[in-house]
Amino acid sequence: MTKALRHPLTDYIRRGAEMTPLCAGCGSGIVAQAILRAIHRLNLDMDDLVFVSGIGCAGWIPSPYFNADTLHTMPGRSVAVATGVKLFRPGLKVVVISGDGDLVGLGGNHLLHAARRGAGLVVVCVNNGVYELTGGQTTPGLASEIPTFGEYAPPFDACDLMRAAGATYVARWTVYHALDLSLSVQKALLHPGFSFIEAVSYCRTHAGPRVGSRGPVEMMQLYRDRAVPVERVRALGLTGLRGRWAVGEFVGPRTTPCEAEEEDLPEVVLNPT
Amino acid sequence: MSEGVLKGRHSMTGEEACAEGAIAAGCQFFAGYPSAPSLGVADRLARRLPEVGGTYVQMEDAAGAISSVVGASWAGAKAMTATSGMGIGLMQEEISYAVATETPCVIVDVQREGHRGGALEDLVQSRCGPHGPHEIVVFAPASPQEMFDLTICAFSAAEKFRTPVLIAADTFVGHGREAVEMPREEEIPFVWRRIAVADEEGEEVRGFLETWVAPMPVIGRGLKAHVTASCHDAYGRRTALDAGALDRFVRALCGKIQRYRGDLTITEAEGPEEARVALVGYGSAGRVAQATARRAYEEGLPVEAFRLTTLWPFPESEVADLARRVKTILVLEDNLGQMVHYIRAAAQGGAEVVFLPPEAVGALHRPAYVLEKIQEVLS
Repeated sequence: MTKALRHPLTDYIRRGAEMTPLCAGCGSGIVAQAILRAIHRLNLDMDDLVFVSGIGCAGWIPSPYFNADTLHTMPGRSVAVATGVKLFRPGLKVVVISGDGDLVGLGGNHLLHAARRGAGLVVVCVNNGVYELTGGQTTPGLASEIPTFGEYAPPFDACDLMRAAGATYVARWTVYHALDLSLSVQKALLHPGFSFIEAVSYCRTHAGPRVGSRGPVEMMQLYRDRAVPVERVRALGLTGLRGRWAVGEFVGPRTTPCEAEEEDLPEVVLNPT
Repeated sequence: MSEGVLKGRHSMTGEEACAEGAIAAGCQFFAGYPSAPSLGVADRLARRLPEVGGTYVQMEDAAGAISSVVGASWAGAKAMTATSGMGIGLMQEEISYAVATETPCVIVDVQREGHRGGALEDLVQSRCGPHGPHEIVVFAPASPQEMFDLTICAFSAAEKFRTPVLIAADTFVGHGREAVEMPREEEIPFVWRRIAVADEEGEEVRGFLETWVAPMPVIGRGLKAHVTASCHDAYGRRTALDAGALDRFVRALCGKIQRYRGDLTITEAEGPEEARVALVGYGSAGRVAQATARRAYEEGLPVEAFRLTTLWPFPESEVADLARRVKTILVLEDNLGQMVHYIRAAAQGGAEVVFLPPEAVGALHRPAYVLEKIQEVLS
């Protein structure tokens, strides 16, 4: 007796859109599963979710594959489009999934102000450090260390940026930390404020060969070794990590932006005499 | 100020009238970014929209404003933004996206006078600025009353044809204050987009490009909309492999506006049948054309005024008819010549097309200056 194997997330995939355009072994598959598993665990109705994506490989994670309303928007504008959706239909859970080139580069201003505005968007920034779709040019994100066309400027720490901009839930995981990533998405989906989750991923096609790793497994091992839990970074009082990445929850979930709470301030600042 | 739609006669600027027209048309969402001289629209709506249960948001830039308008429109809102010269430049990419995804929305462009970073130069840009093959609808109001009326028209056209509609006003019309007559509520056309319904299986929603203007699978209704500006098929699905799909996609986008151009074209001809000269203009130059033609007629000169209220789709056949009626078409524009090229092309040599630039860019044509030119043409 044989029974056809059925993936537990099949119902979350749009019918007729089963074939992924992503390369075999791409980290985006892990991000897709992390998001869908979080939705599954929360037992959310896909009709209450809207997925907004920009341009680039990460834009293909939800569109058209997730079995919900999907808006595949313009380069950099996904967060601004999502803001319009959320403001008019606050009852919908609006999830933005896009790459670091799209969100932090071209759309950086929209991202900053969305965090400041605090509309309840869930932004999943798939950071692999390259513009994959166009052949692997350098992006501003953290994993960006592969200079192409003379880009030698240091990368952005998008989580730091989001914290400063007023995001009330900020977390970073790599695709090696698939379960943590999924649990963070779960928290973000329940968080009424602005959530930013950086999913450090890899591009095995364009970036992998340049950092001397050949395949997805080597890339995952590399990411595992680079990740340092944020609690440890804080305990050691480190400010720079020399190419290693802090992972974990940086902010919240909390009700107000980090800078807004008085009790965070020591007495000497509150009452200088 | 009372809640709801204004009634009666009011003295207001073109921008205020535009904002009131939006509310009369049922606008529920406005996203803006401060851009003079269009500020009056946003100022008024920031106060008025919350009174009628709508949403106002100031975005971080003009591209963000039009992007959130697109998002709100897909969420089911009648949505609008307002900007001027530089902002409209920033919005071109998103206007193209709105065209390709058939997103109803209204974009008000109160163009700057003179050469301070804008001039009245957005008219060809409004047609040709967005990338990709497309047709677009642009109205040019000539008074605060028309700012009110045409804003309602713009919403109706946007909803009916699922397309962005632009209002290209100039500063004289936007800042000018005149009496505006609000029609009774039951006289205001109230057009809503057709919204798709899920079929029995609740699976695929037929929609995009299936008919000339397909019902819109508004999000948040379980319709599982798949929205993309890339070439897509009748289900909204992106398709890069089917060569026929691209042909159908492009033809449908352009075809729906071309097919219904008669419904979208507003022109105004005024003057004696025996007219030999026609003064053609739009916006405030259109009013100068009308005022001058009346004065010329009083002086016994055979002059007709012809005002373009719809700039795009370009009223080709109306201009061709005009070219058959008169010997000379004198084109008045508040710039150094934008629409004159299209007027000349449409006239097809039927009448001589002469461009009359303003004496000083940024200032309206004086009727005496135009009359002088008419005498010159007639002699």
